[in-house]
Amino acid sequence: MSISIQSITKTFGAYTALENVSLEVPDGSLTALLGPSGSGKTTLLRIVAGLEFADPGPGKIAFHGEDVGDIPAGRRGVGFVFQHYALFRHMTVAQNIAFGLSVLPRAARPQKSEIRDRVMELLKLVKLEGLDQRRPHELSGGQRQRVALARALAIRPKVLLLDEPFGALDAQVRKDLRRWLRQFHDEIGLTTLFVTHDQEEALELSDQVVVMRNARIEQVGEPQTVYDNPRSPFVYEFLGNVNKLHAGQDVRYVRPHEIDVLFAAEFDPATDSLARVQHLFSAGPIATLTVKLGDGQFLDVELSRKQLDELGLSVGDEVAVRPAVMA
Amino acid sequence: MSYRPVTTESAPVRLFLIACAVLVLALFLLLPLAAVFAEAFRKGWEVFLASLHEEAALSAIKLTLIAAGVSVPLNTLFGVSAAWLVTKFRFKGRSLLVSLIDLPFAVSPVIAGLVWVMLFGAKGWFPQSAMADAFAPAAHLAASLAEYQGFGWLFSDLAVWLADPKIIFALPGIVIATTFVTFPFVARELIPLMETQGSDQEEAAVTLGARGWHVFFRVTLPNIKWGLLYGVLLCNARAMGEFGAVSVVSGHIRGETNTLPLHVEVLYNEYQFSAAFACATLLAFLALVTLSLKTAVEYFSGHDASGKH
Amino acid sequence: MPKRRVIPGFGLSMGFTISYLSLIILIPLAALFLKAARLGASQWWQILTSERIIAAAKLTFGASAAAATVSTVLGLLVTWVLVRYRFPGRRLLDAMVDLPFALPTAVAGITLTQIYAPHGWVGQYISQAALWIQATYAPTGWWGEVIQDWADKGAAYSPLGVFIALTFIGFPFVVRTLQPVMEDFSSEYEEAAATLGAGRWTVFRRVILPMFIPALITGFTLAFARAIGEYGSVIFISGNLPMKTEILPLLVVAQLEQFKYEAAAVIAAGMLIVSFTLLFLINLLQRRLNWQNN
Repeated sequence: MSISIQSITKTFGAYTALENVSLEVPDGSLTALLGPSGSGKTTLLRIVAGLEFADPGPGKIAFHGEDVGDIPAGRRGVGFVFQHYALFRHMTVAQNIAFGLSVLPRAARPQKSEIRDRVMELLKLVKLEGLDQRRPHELSGGQRQRVALARALAIRPKVLLLDEPFGALDAQVRKDLRRWLRQFHDEIGLTTLFVTHDQEEALELSDQVVVMRNARIEQVGEPQTVYDNPRSPFVYEFLGNVNKLHAGQDVRYVRPHEIDVLFAAEFDPATDSLARVQHLFSAGPIATLTVKLGDGQFLDVELSRKQLDELGLSVGDEVAVRPAVMA
Repeated sequence: MSYRPVTTESAPVRLFLIACAVLVLALFLLLPLAAVFAEAFRKGWEVFLASLHEEAALSAIKLTLIAAGVSVPLNTLFGVSAAWLVTKFRFKGRSLLVSLIDLPFAVSPVIAGLVWVMLFGAKGWFPQSAMADAFAPAAHLAASLAEYQGFGWLFSDLAVWLADPKIIFALPGIVIATTFVTFPFVARELIPLMETQGSDQEEAAVTLGARGWHVFFRVTLPNIKWGLLYGVLLCNARAMGEFGAVSVVSGHIRGETNTLPLHVEVLYNEYQFSAAFACATLLAFLALVTLSLKTAVEYFSGHDASGKH
Repeated sequence: MPKRRVIPGFGLSMGFTISYLSLIILIPLAALFLKAARLGASQWWQILTSERIIAAAKLTFGASAAAATVSTVLGLLVTWVLVRYRFPGRRLLDAMVDLPFALPTAVAGITLTQIYAPHGWVGQYISQAALWIQATYAPTGWWGEVIQDWADKGAAYSPLGVFIALTFIGFPFVVRTLQPVMEDFSSEYEEAAATLGAGRWTVFRRVILPMFIPALITGFTLAFARAIGEYGSVIFISGNLPMKTEILPLLVVAQLEQFKYEAAAVIAAGMLIVSFTLLFLINLLQRRLNWQNN
């Protein structure tokens, strides 16, 4: 189900969290809300969920064309996974997952056996079979997150909302779970909106990236497009490492891997600059080189380990640097 | 149309609950406080003032001040020492020690008095007669010292007491019973506070060359001063107001071994209600001062100083 | 080689703490138990099962349990309001909760008696209500006696008075135990329950309340343990009628006044065993829950 957000503004006293924000989330997509803390991304997610309310005005939130602004969170049909999962610690995994079904009005509530079947089905879906009688404190971080996901899915939500889904996990678990979530999303095809401050996570996982800054949306697009054609210096800097070069009044942005390094002997005054190697870091497949340009500015360059070996560089050597792509 | 956050109740429910809570607190807490003052002034200012000027009342006030004056500093010293021990060091039996510090909270005040009677009472383990024999040499020494001019007066009271070492139904009993009852207050306030602050700053001070007491006075004390002050306040309030324990060891000798709370009891049982409540206002006032200072301490320290007691 | 420690003062603080603890608390308590142990098991049994003690124990534990229960309910209400809502006078109310801690028990005792006595500020209404019940329903039997009591004496000089005093004393324990737990309670749990479709009352009943249960039990136990030993605030309002309104601490004093040291020690030892067990149980509970939350 598509989500349509139109002209939403949200203020907390004198502080503006969202300013005239509009966004279309296509049906079945996995969309990332990406931005630094304080950019308004979590507030936007919470407004979609009905946990926060936009300022009165022309703003509108619609699921598949139907205005949901006046529908309370409990009846809006959203599955919300909290940053710290908010699993009910006095309930078992099964009770947690069944919660949404067990609080339905008596007339709409499924039979006990139906609820149990649904819980088992969900546990299987999130690959946690056999853990139904565990309590949250007996689970690992990754398992807790999947229980929270299963609990949110139990009510058959129209959209799935995830607040910093990997924020509380270790680096390794994070990577595995990221891949799993992408796969999971492709399987169930539920419109999903998630918040993150990690550009790598947003780029790798999503169909659509929404870059936010200071209560506004900076850019929306497919990860590749946003990365290759950043619309503003902010987006450029936020989406990965970048060299910022000053030439008089102008500022140029060059990504470290978009620079070629050549022997000083191959120097071509038309395109190249001469530079001296300041620092070398070559643990891993990608080597990072810091060079100092003639005008005193520093430049980070990434090249493959193989290239570095071929150049045979060491600190203090003079090299020619040539921008591979200009931006 | 519902623009109410999901984490709160509707306005009528909120108002109803606030009204209930205010009613409970007013009826339950404010009413007794108001009653103390109302009863005290029922017969006018003169009676009120006269009740406080009475000889027995003055001696009760004096005794209360002495009891608190001895027990509060002692327990403060203990509280700091115990908190230092259990928060800065890890050793075997540490958690047992923490439980033992809490022990007096679980002891009825009456029992806190009774234990001293078991030790020093007429049928106790160290009755007065036995102590008089044991102290006889010391009593002689003190008596001879008391004859010297200049410093002799320092020893005269001691000599008298050592010759007839009375603990139960006398000042020492009241002091030690008060000390027992107020034992954990400072420690209880400091231990959680120092636990959360950790030992990083002290260790840093040691690596910078600070030694011994310097570490405590220059690094630890400034960090715990508000908690310490609050602990001392509570300890003092309880010391001055203690009734059960003191009642058991005092013997209720009017003008001699009655503390202020005991004096209130005696007056009340003699149906001198106005006088009883007049003296009670002093104690109620002490409670109000303690609560105000507590609120002020919380305000200045910027964190919630309220703990369990 | 002794263990090396970076921070100074281990020896000094250990020495002083242990000596002081032993002198002020441990040796005196040991003296009490030794005194009680001088009597054999049969004498213990005889003392502890005497009619007067049984009646006092029933009243002490019964009124303490009832008072701790009511304290828990009122404490939950008051803490909820103090933590969750913002309204003028909130800080004043918060400060007032500690009044029973700060007000000397003897003062609380005589004041409560004055208020709840038949002509007191509250007692007169209780008395009138009891008279009305008598006139309307003419209750008989056990219930009739109770109503007669209330009609004659208001809420004072009866088990009701003991219960009122103990509730007054125990109430702050519940609030101060529950308050930090409620303040730290993450709103995520409520929001999660709300997004799953639970109404406010359901959220409270099935999510919030169960998470407060450990703190409520701890508060209840602290209030209960304190109530068992309470003396000053009770003896004035109870009236100390043998077999009817005597509490255990009063019997300890009574034995002492008759120079029955051993009997006093036995009753005291019995009370201490109950209190220590309760304290031990809350420690156990808290340790278990700390482990669970990590």
